Amino acid sequence: MIKISSKNVDVFYGKKQALFNINLDIEENQVTALIGPSGCGKSTFLRCLNRMNDVIDICRVKGQIIINDFDINDKSCDVVRLREKIGMVFQKPNPFPKTIYENISYGPTIHGMAQSKNEMDEIVETSLKKAALWEEVQDRLHEPGTGLSGGQQQRLCIARAISVKPEVILMDEPCSALDPIATAQIEELIDELKKDHTIIIVTHSMAQAARVSQNTGFFHLGELIEHGSTDKIFKNPENKKTQDYITGRFG
Amino acid sequence: MNLILFTFIVLLGFTSYYFGRKKAYTIQYTKKRLTALPQFYGYYLAIWCAIPAFIIFSLWAIFEPTIVKLLILSDYSNQGYLDNELNLIYEKTKSLSRGQFTGEITPFIEASAKKYINLRSIAQSSKVVIVLSAIIASGAYAYKRISSNSRTREPVEKFLKAVLFTASLAAILTTVGIIFSLIFQTIDFFKVIPLFDFVFGTHWYPAKAFVRDSSEALDPSMYSDTFGAVPIFAGTFFIAFIAMCVAIPIGLMSGIYLAEYASVKVRQYAKPLIEILAGIPTVVYGFFAALTVGPFLKEIGNSMGLDVSAESALAAGGVMGIMIIPFISSLSDDVITSVPQSLRDGSYAMGATKSETIKKVIFPAALPGIVGSILLGVSRAIGETMIVVMASGLAANLTLNPLESTSTITAQIVVILIGDQAFGDPKTQAAFALGMSLFLVTLCLNIVALRVVKKYREKYE
Repeated sequence: MIKISSKNVDVFYGKKQALFNINLDIEENQVTALIGPSGCGKSTFLRCLNRMNDVIDICRVKGQIIINDFDINDKSCDVVRLREKIGMVFQKPNPFPKTIYENISYGPTIHGMAQSKNEMDEIVETSLKKAALWEEVQDRLHEPGTGLSGGQQQRLCIARAISVKPEVILMDEPCSALDPIATAQIEELIDELKKDHTIIIVTHSMAQAARVSQNTGFFHLGELIEHGSTDKIFKNPENKKTQDYITGRFG
Repeated sequence: MNLILFTFIVLLGFTSYYFGRKKAYTIQYTKKRLTALPQFYGYYLAIWCAIPAFIIFSLWAIFEPTIVKLLILSDYSNQGYLDNELNLIYEKTKSLSRGQFTGEITPFIEASAKKYINLRSIAQSSKVVIVLSAIIASGAYAYKRISSNSRTREPVEKFLKAVLFTASLAAILTTVGIIFSLIFQTIDFFKVIPLFDFVFGTHWYPAKAFVRDSSEALDPSMYSDTFGAVPIFAGTFFIAFIAMCVAIPIGLMSGIYLAEYASVKVRQYAKPLIEILAGIPTVVYGFFAALTVGPFLKEIGNSMGLDVSAESALAAGGVMGIMIIPFISSLSDDVITSVPQSLRDGSYAMGATKSETIKKVIFPAALPGIVGSILLGVSRAIGETMIVVMASGLAANLTLNPLESTSTITAQIVVILIGDQAFGDPKTQAAFALGMSLFLVTLCLNIVALRVVKKYREKYE
């Protein structure tokens, strides 16, 4: 089933065009990896999906992005609701300088999801459990989240993202600041999360894309060169550029 | 003459730089590797050339007048003159030698004046000779020492370090000197006025001390109920409080607007415009408060049937608050801008709105820095003088009514020290005691502010 469908998406930074006519369908409850060399527009595309590009003054997005039969670029779209449904995890772990508990309860509080302290405690616990962090932090929920290690911080950010039960989670190179062990933990987690969420992950590591994703899209110079199942892209790419990139001849 | 000599030393220093560098180049031409870049040879020679000469020059300028005076007055020694009489003679001699003396000329003084002129000319010419020979000697020594394997980089670096050290030492010594001058006068003051009366007394009426004839003996009982500092401390904090009531909300909100809401273009123009407020001299704020705001408040008050003094604490405090706005707005803008963008992204991505993000993420993260900026604003408010002197009156009323006039520590120091002052008089020393307490208050505030700012720095590391 198609969860997100982008149609003729163009993105401009001022006068410079960053994305050209992107048409990409994203399958529900699967992991889609976006790969490509630096500056190819894959992160820009990711940020189109929860309208994070609104934050950048000079950025303009054209075209349609349909989620649940609704164009999120339409004027009637409520960005707050949209971002509740589409969570995001960033390249560098960015926990708020608050306690671990407050980091998780931040989203549910904003969206008024918990009626009582008990409900909130439960949301915090399940979110941390889903992010495989509960065991490590259950005794220090009221210590600052910035005191955790890099890998724990990133899992805290994932827990924060899933606390509002989003349908889609966007991950922008979530492991690029982490060591191999923490990376393996996150990858395992991604595999677990895809049961309940649709996941789109931008990554520089081709091995990671091959390990965690079912579908892959290859971006180059602002264009979507090729997309399809990960198996096909990695074993039998149609486009010469894709093959060159995957075999490490450029990028 | 001194100016010419000084210019000459500087010019020689510059030229020797080129000589030193040239010699280095010549060494390089003979295919020898230098131990440092040619500039260092230039700096090395310039330092050796100018600095010894400059030191001699400065020492000479400091000691010459003293030595000349000693030589002149040695003629008058053992004649039973008192010290201040000797000083008078020396002053007469000096003005006669300049041809500006208008009194009766005695032969003694005429002889001294001739001797004075003579001594000065000897001093001048020997100074020129000694300074020039110092330049030549040290310059030649250094020039000879420069060779391909001589070390020039290290001495130059050491010299720079010494210069920088001297500069910071000068700043520190000045501070220490000021504190000591405050301390000794303050101690003298508290010998006459008990500390308890000063700290807890509720009557500040230094005018009472004005009437003392300085030839009379000091009678401490006369000063009871004169130097009770409670009203002016209360006035100081009260006016500072009014000022902060104006400055904190406006400054903070404009800071948040500039940092979070304003577009790049608005910020580009609005920030310098707000900072212009900080550039207005306080005396201008002072007459703004005294001539515009004060009477305006009085009129409004009168029309409502309130009794408002034209020199009210409200006018002074309000205008002072306006003066402090740019400090708080500019500093909190900087602090808020330095909160990492990743935190904003994180919050927006959770679906938070702009105001929620500011309230729940950015403001708490920036809070220590904002508190620091507020505390700096408070020390400005407490130390501000001109506005209070001009707009809030000088009578030290103990009141909490913002519509009455009150006075502050700084304004009282001005009152005490305007006009003739007798040193060693409790009235004058009271100013030092006030200065000392003001210094202690602002010092504490600054220490707290620095602590808070330091804590902020560790926040994201």
